[in-house]
Amino acid sequence: MHDHDHGHTHEGELSPAQLRTAALESLLVEKGLLSSDTIDRIVERYERDIGPMIGARVVARAWVDPAYKQRLLSDSMSALAELGIHMNNLVVVENTPTVQNAIVCTLCSCYPWAVLGLPPIWYKDPAYRSRMVIEPRVVLREFGLELDESVEIRVWDSSAEQRYLVLPERPPGTEGMTETELAALITRDAMIGVAAVAAPAPMR
Amino acid sequence: MSDAARPAIDVEGAAAPPRRNGELVFQEPWEGRAFGMAVTLGDARLFPWEAFRRRLIAAIAEGGPSYYENWLAALQTLLVERGVLSAADIETRLRQFATGERDIVHPGAS
Repeated sequence: MHDHDHGHTHEGELSPAQLRTAALESLLVEKGLLSSDTIDRIVERYERDIGPMIGARVVARAWVDPAYKQRLLSDSMSALAELGIHMNNLVVVENTPTVQNAIVCTLCSCYPWAVLGLPPIWYKDPAYRSRMVIEPRVVLREFGLELDESVEIRVWDSSAEQRYLVLPERPPGTEGMTETELAALITRDAMIGVAAVAAPAPMR
Repeated sequence: MSDAARPAIDVEGAAAPPRRNGELVFQEPWEGRAFGMAVTLGDARLFPWEAFRRRLIAAIAEGGPSYYENWLAALQTLLVERGVLSAADIETRLRQFATGERDIVHPGAS
């Protein structure tokens, strides 16, 4: 692109920061220290996976340590701080055989991102935001979560002041698993409350 | 996997990147490239993340123009200090891109 209005500057439309970024990237690629694809992948991973991993660590700790779970439910701020997570507006709600919790933000898309990372696209969808309040059982069924009629569904409406995290039930068959192995089972959707944590696949 | 050497992006405080409802906000594509470069190199253990973080905090303290311009300055400082890139090579490449002597191939520049 030639833009002679900018005098001698051939790439006149580029800011110094754009040029510097491009210069560093091209030199690093030439040295074989990174590839542009790797950068794309890393950015995507940060957007998608890193956040939920933090929440999974919290849930796994609560599963293996009943005293920690009590602290998490009663005083989440200090319980999170024990794991190096600083968040002062989180309420953790526990699923039981008779209660399924789910989170929503009816006004916008408030989300406990410090523990869950980026919200999924559907979380911001007006249909999810309204229907989750009006007909949660139907919505959960659409997510593939079939609940017995006797299970009470509690829907928590997030706000800027108060965010929620669902503490899902520990699946059967995980008694011998370590905290790290358990964390790997826990999904973002389970912590939003629209899925259950699946039992691990049988060992080969 | 908790490992102090690997990138841990600050969630709050001076070194935390701008977010909108939790999402990392990149105003322009180059900001995402700059973010991705530092994290990729940190992930590959080219430097301890804490070393980058300290330089980022220092750049912010000096009152740089924007969060990602500070990020970029911190990355360049660290790479030059560690002998990964030379300041002269960077300046040469900058001039080549600015004058059009060399084409920028990556979309991150646009």
